[in-house]
This record gives sequence, C-alpha cells and structure tokens, in this order.
Amino acid sequence: MVDDTRKKDDRTQPSTDEAALSARLRHLGERLEHNRLSTPPETPASRPNTNASALAQGLRLSTELVAGVVVGGLIGWFLDRTLGISPWGFIVFVLLGFVAGLLNLMRSAGFMAENDSKH
Amino acid sequence: MAAADPIHQFEIHNLFSLLKIGGTEIHFTNSAAFMFLAVGLSALLLLGATAGRRLVPTRMQSMAELSYELVADTIRSTAGEDGMRFFPFVFTLFMFILFSNVIGIVPYTFTVTSHIIITAALALLVFFTVIIYGIWHNGLRFFKLFVPSGIPALMVPVIVIIEVLSFLSRPISHSVRLFANMLAGHITLKLVASFVVMLGSLGFLGWLGALAPLALTIALTALELLVAFLQAYVFTILTCIYLSDALHPGH
Repeated sequence: MVDDTRKKDDRTQPSTDEAALSARLRHLGERLEHNRLSTPPETPASRPNTNASALAQGLRLSTELVAGVVVGGLIGWFLDRTLGISPWGFIVFVLLGFVAGLLNLMRSAGFMAENDSKH
Repeated sequence: MAAADPIHQFEIHNLFSLLKIGGTEIHFTNSAAFMFLAVGLSALLLLGATAGRRLVPTRMQSMAELSYELVADTIRSTAGEDGMRFFPFVFTLFMFILFSNVIGIVPYTFTVTSHIIITAALALLVFFTVIIYGIWHNGLRFFKLFVPSGIPALMVPVIVIIEVLSFLSRPISHSVRLFANMLAGHITLKLVASFVVMLGSLGFLGWLGALAPLALTIALTALELLVAFLQAYVFTILTCIYLSDALHPGH
C-alpha cells in the first residue's frame, strides 16, 4: 500500500506546488497512520504464528536443550560443593535442567504458546 | 603446508597499547578495530541514507527504511506496541551483529561475533535489561513470571525451579547460538577452501578434483551470507521475546 501511494505521488509530481505537496504529505501520513492502526495489533499471545521466518525459528532450536542442561549442571555442581551433598545436587539439577531445556525447546518450537502456562 | 590452520583466523592480535591499569596493559586489538568498523559502517549507512530524506527513496534510503521496518515489525509482533520503547536498543543490537557477521565473510577480516565473550556480553546485556527493567516497571509482579497460574499447589515448588532454570538458561542459549554458528561456519569454509589448494598441488588430476571443493566453497559462502543475516535476525527476535517478558510478565 505504501508503494501505491508513492507511485501515485510520483506521477502527479510536476504539476503541484509546495502547498499542495505538503498537504498531500500530511494526507499520506494520515493514511499510513490509519493503515497501521487498522491492522489488528498482534498480541503477544499469538506469537508462534507471527515469527516472520520459519528458518529463523528452526535455528532457534539448536541450543535451547543444551543450555538448560548446562545451567542445571552448573547449579547442581555449585550446590554440591557448597552444601557438601555430592552427588545429589548434581543429579537432581541436571534432571531439572533437562526438563527446563525441554520446556524451552517446546516453547520455541511452538508446541506450547510462549506464555501459555501463565495466562 | 597449504592446509592452513582453520583456527588461525580467530586469533586476537594486539595492534597498539592504549593505557596501563595496575600493571595490566590494555591493548587495542584487531577485535576492537573490527567492532569500530562495524559501528562506523552501520552509522555511515544510516546517516548517509537518511541525509537526503526523499519521498521516493534512493537505494540507500530504502535499505535503511527496510532495516527499520524489519526491526519495528519484529518488536510490534512479539512485544506489542509498548515494546517500541526498546526500539533504539534492539535496532542497535541488530545492526551491530548484522554488520559484524557480514564483514566477517570478507576474506582476511576478523569475525567479531565468533568470540563467545562478545556474544555473551551482548546476551547478558539483554538478560540484565530484562531483569532490571522488569523489576523497576512491574515491581514484585515480575516474579509472577516464574509462577504459572492454574497449577496445583503441590506442583508449585517444582514448576518454579524449572521456570527459574529455564530463565537462567536464556543468556547461554542466546549467546552460544550466535557464536557457535559463526565459528563453525568460518571453520568449515576455511577447511573446504584449503582442500582446493591441497588438491591443486597434485597436478592436472588434482586440479580436476579441486573443482568439487571449489564449487562447495562458493555455495558455502552464499550459505554463510544467509546465516550471517539469519543469526542477527534470530538474536533480535529472541531479544524482543525476552523484553516482552519484562513488559508484561504473567499477563
């Protein structure tokens, strides 16, 4: 729609003076604003459908799972060292981290809406 | 031997010494130089493109407008209209990463984003922005992010731990994705390209054989250009999604 307006403006360009041009610019601005507002504002709830590129979405999946396990492992290892409960902290938190990673993975893959559980 | 060390391209060199703090010399490195180059080129493109401000955009101006619209649409669709207050931040991240990635494809350059320290710094910047702005803007309601509504009370402790772990793993996956993609892509490119030279040194049959890796190198370069753009875009999308949590936690 933006292109249409621009082309139209282009064709009538030579025949107009400054005032008409600025009036038309204002008109164009109003129409653009109207267009932008009339397209339904997308709510964060509709996220899985709004990601522009499917390829970009696919690339997101590559590290989600690993990151969860790594964070869980680090926290478990740290708890083991400070509380002296080795190896239980590590075991429990690696498993929890795996679950968290899986959760991230499913969220970014769109099996669950990004904020589904929080509505 | 022609099989060049594929890691060599990621080495940091000191160009000159800037100042000395407590016995540690602070050097201006090639990494810093290429960061300045990325910032300079993106500033040059945007300032140069918007200097004319014509109604019918020139090529440069429409590139600047396209990048604006891409980022603005991404923010509106993921974080909502009030996410636009983060536009300068998100747009800066996008342009910096995009220019760093694309500059890195040019032979003999240095890829800033192939170092995890850079991507981790960027991801942590987003992470702390989310936490600080989220708490400042929402107060304690920010922590509803970790407590989904409508689950049995018995499950709450487990779910909260999982949600906190999932939140903490964000900067890791955010930074490792960009860094690993750039690093792996550049190593692959270097390895395949060095096959051309190795086979080429074997004489006529070698030259014939070298055609395959040569074609592969060309294809990989095109792929790397796509990856350079996509990784910048993915980083931007994720930044928007995380910022959206700071704006409306819990809903």
